[in-house]
Parts: sequence; C-alpha cells; structure tokens
Amino acid sequence: MAFWIIQTLNGLSFSMMLFLVAAGFTLIFGLMKIINIAHGSFYLLSAYIGLTVLRATENFLLATVASSIAVVLVGMAMQRFFLRRFHMKELQQVLLTFGFVLIIADLCLWVWGGNPVALPKPSLLKGSIWIGSVVFPSYRLFVILVGVVVAVGLWIFQEKTKFGAIVRAGVDDEEMLRGAGINIQMVFTGVFGLGALLAGIGGIIGGPFVGVFPGVDISMLLLALVVVIIGGVGSLRGAFIGSLFVGLIDNFGKALFPELSLFTLFAPMAIVLAIRPTGIFGKIEE
Amino acid sequence: MKTFEVFKGPFLLAFLFAVLALLLPSLFSNYYVGLAIQIFIMAIFAMSLDVLVGHTGLPSMGHAAYFGVAAYTTGFLYMAGIKNFWVVIALGMGLGGLTAAFFGLLAIRARGPYFMLITLALSQVLWGIAFKWRSLTRGDDGLPGIGRPQIGIGIDLKPDPHFYYFVFVIFLIVLVALFILVRSPFGYTLRGIRESESRMKALGYPVWLYKYLGFIFAGIFAGISGVLWVYYSGFVNPSNFSVDLSVKALLMLILGGSGSLFGPAIGAGMIVLLENLVSGFTERWSLVLGIVYVTVIMLFSEGIFSGIQRGKS
Repeated sequence: MAFWIIQTLNGLSFSMMLFLVAAGFTLIFGLMKIINIAHGSFYLLSAYIGLTVLRATENFLLATVASSIAVVLVGMAMQRFFLRRFHMKELQQVLLTFGFVLIIADLCLWVWGGNPVALPKPSLLKGSIWIGSVVFPSYRLFVILVGVVVAVGLWIFQEKTKFGAIVRAGVDDEEMLRGAGINIQMVFTGVFGLGALLAGIGGIIGGPFVGVFPGVDISMLLLALVVVIIGGVGSLRGAFIGSLFVGLIDNFGKALFPELSLFTLFAPMAIVLAIRPTGIFGKIEE
Repeated sequence: MKTFEVFKGPFLLAFLFAVLALLLPSLFSNYYVGLAIQIFIMAIFAMSLDVLVGHTGLPSMGHAAYFGVAAYTTGFLYMAGIKNFWVVIALGMGLGGLTAAFFGLLAIRARGPYFMLITLALSQVLWGIAFKWRSLTRGDDGLPGIGRPQIGIGIDLKPDPHFYYFVFVIFLIVLVALFILVRSPFGYTLRGIRESESRMKALGYPVWLYKYLGFIFAGIFAGISGVLWVYYSGFVNPSNFSVDLSVKALLMLILGGSGSLFGPAIGAGMIVLLENLVSGFTERWSLVLGIVYVTVIMLFSEGIFSGIQRGKS
C-alpha cells in the first residue's frame, strides 16, 4: 500500500512539473503554430541560472525571480527578432528554434559543465510529512501545490481576463483579431514570453528532484510532446489531463519496468493518435 | 520538355562531378575520402526526406526514425554474425519501410504543423527507447565495433577508398531510382497532392494512399542511409534517432532547395563540410553550428539554389 501511495504522489508531483512545461509549449503552439524545439532549453537555462543564484544567495524565491526574468527575456527576444519574420512558415521556425537548442545547450555546457546537478531544496521544504502511515517529502507536495495553483491561474487568465480573451480569439481567427485593431505581434511576443516563463518555472521546481544536466532539454521536449499529443495540442485542459496521465504512467512505468518505461508512454500516445488524431481535448480539424 | 532541360544545362556539371568523384581517392587524403563518404550517405538521407517534403508536401520532422531503425538493425545483425551486405540492406530497408508504414498510419491524417508534431514525437520515442532499453541497445554507449560488410564479389571494403567507391555506386543507384520515382506518374501524383490535395481528391485519386506510399518509400530509402552510416562510422548509438539528425536533414533541404533532385544532395554536402570545418577549429562547435543554423535561416531561408533558379526564370 505504501508503495502505491508514495508512487502516486511521486507521479503527481512529476505530472505537475510536466504540466508547467507542456502548458507553455501548448500555449505557443495553439496561438502561433510554432513547434518550439527550444522549449526544453528554457527549462535547462532556467534551472542552471536558478542554481547559480541559489548557490550565491540560498534564496529560492530570488532564484525563481532571476531565472524567470532571464528566460522570459530570451523567449521574447527569440520571437521578436527571429521567429516573427517567419510567421506560419513552419519549417523555418523549426530550424530556427533548433539553432537555439544548440546555442543554449552549448552555452550551458560551457558555463555550468556537464555533470548532472540537483538544485538544493528551499530550506522550509527540506523535511518530510507523515500522511497516515507514509512518510513523504514535503517538497514534492509543494510541487503538486504549485502545479495546481498555476493551472488555476492560467485558467483564470485565459477565461476571465481581457488578454486571455484576446489570446483565445487569436487561436480561433487571427485575421479577425488583426481586423479588430489588436496589435497581434505584441500578443505573440507576450504569449511566447509566457510559454518560456512556464517552462522556466518548470526548470526551477523540477531542478531539485529531476535535476539538470545536458540532454534534459530534449528529454523535457519529448515528454511535453507526448503530453500535448495525448491531451490535444493547443488546449490547456488537454495539457493538464495529459500531464497527469503521462506523469503517472511514466512514474509507475519507471518503478515497475525500468527499461521499458518509454513503451508505457508510447502505447497510449499511439492509441490516442489512432482513435483521435487531435488528442483528447484537441479541436477537430476540417 | 522538362526532362531535356534537366540534361541540357547541368550536363557538363554532372560530368565534371562524376570525374571528380571517381578521381577523389587518388587526389585527396583519406580524411577527405571520409568526408565524401559522409556526404554521399547524408545525401541519400536528405533525398529520401525530400520525397516527403519537396514532392508530397509532408514536412516530416522525424525522418531519423527510419535511419535509426536501419542503423540498429545493422548493428544487431553484425553482432549476430551476419555480415553479408545484401541481407543487411534488405532488412534495413524493409524495417525502415515497416516503421514508416506504422508511423504513417498514425501521422498522415494530420496536416501541416500537426503532422510535424506527430512525426517528431514518434521519432523521439524511438530515441528514448534506444536510450533507455539498456539491456538491448546498451543505452548511450551504443553498439561499438561494427566492421565493414562483405559484398560477396571479392572486394574488401575495409580500406576507406574501397568503401568510398561502394557508397558512391549505391548513391548513384539511389539517385537513378529516385529520378525514376519522381518522374513517374506516381511522382507527378505526389506533386499534384502537394499543390492541391482537394483537386486531386476531386479527380478521383486516393490521396491518402498516395501519401502513405510516399511515406513508406521515404522510410525505405532512409533505411539505406542508416545501414551505410553504421558501416562507415563503425558504431550505433541513440543519436542515430535524434532530433538533431531529423532537423539537420530539413536544413539540407532548405539550403539546397527541396523539390529538386540534386538540391538535397548539395545541401547535404554543404552541411557535412560545414560541420567538419567548424568542429575542426573550435571546441565550441555546437555553439557555432547553432549560430550558423540561425544565420542561414535568417539569410537564405528560401534555399540558395532555388533563389538562383527563381532569379533566372
């Protein structure tokens, strides 16, 4: 019993970290149709910057703020100065973002070296909590909480705020939005920054338990892809459900069949694609 | 008409290319022979992708999947003691095609960016499996020490110049095969689908089937490059499945101009030379390459050669 409780909680915390990364990916894709291969690079960059700030100040909040600002600036610059010129030219966008994958990965390797590191946990959350008869690290519970809070925040943002309404309108009909006098380029840059921010926060809160190392950028991209394909790309609800699904399956898969955990990910993705190519919550194309 | 134009202008160029290719091992050191082998193999890979991207209008982002499947097939067969090239290439092409047949079922219904997303995800899963299934694939270490194959006609492929001529011949065979494919009614149908899917549907073509067959052909040809690559480099590892490889092939198409026969091959030559050049003079070659990719897209995203062609017409 304890095994199942602990693994479920582990899976849930992984799910929520994954949700942050996948939500950013899906927001960017939903609005701009950009397949941002560099999305995992935001995770990588943010976790490393967070590590440096944490080592210098031991302040988790400060580390979060610093790395968030950094990835938002990088993300907005990528969109503003590079991707904007290639709106709806998917191949060019993909190749550009791949160029950034190489650049960011190599810069990180240069600055932070190639050894895997884990970010130190914030001191408040270093302990464990008793849940019934099970001891569970409080940091993992904190991650679940952060995921839920961000999910609610994104929902409020998208459904209840004016900027959210603009983004939803842009997803449905970009031309009309232009016609209505909205500066769509500002919206694009803003949403790209938001997507980068979400992946960046994923890097900070994932840093203490997933760790950060060369290659984690591509691993995160892979997981985010599976999440959005299962949940339906462009849909935040889909990203949430997909993350829960993938996080739990991945965790149990790793615990029960360590070598074949990717088959346990691949099979549901293939089944969803076969039955419903646009994912569980994706819009059905014409 | 068009067939004649292909032969008229660039005929001299093709002749010069053939002479240079034949003399290359006697003119240059083994380092350059190795580079030329890499170029021919990557050219096969890029040309196979162009069947999808340039001719059918399906921008696959997971082409490394078939390269990797063929590469691991080669590695496993070698370890099982099977060194006959013809057996291995048949299985490599077959399994590459089979993988494409499976992935195609899942991916082809989707379009544009969705198609790209799905092909990327499918190939990435294979990368992940190669990485994690250590007892079979040895994970990141890969399968080292793969020797050259036997081709059964008394030619030893161990020296690089010999292997170079062998790869060159295969390259020519693939070139001719692809030439026939894209000039066939089948090829014209694919380009018809690229231009207007709805029109082809209205004309009564089974569009899905044509796309699906194109997808499988691309996988089969990519399998050839995967097999040759392993015999050249001597090892298999998960990078044979990587997004780097898939995207690199797309870059070759963009650079050389896709939808043409030689374009992807020229793009492959440029990228292989560039990579070797850059990795030769700096340890930070990955960074430099990233900058090069970004610069290339910003400056020449329509393809250097297609740009020239457009200027002409």
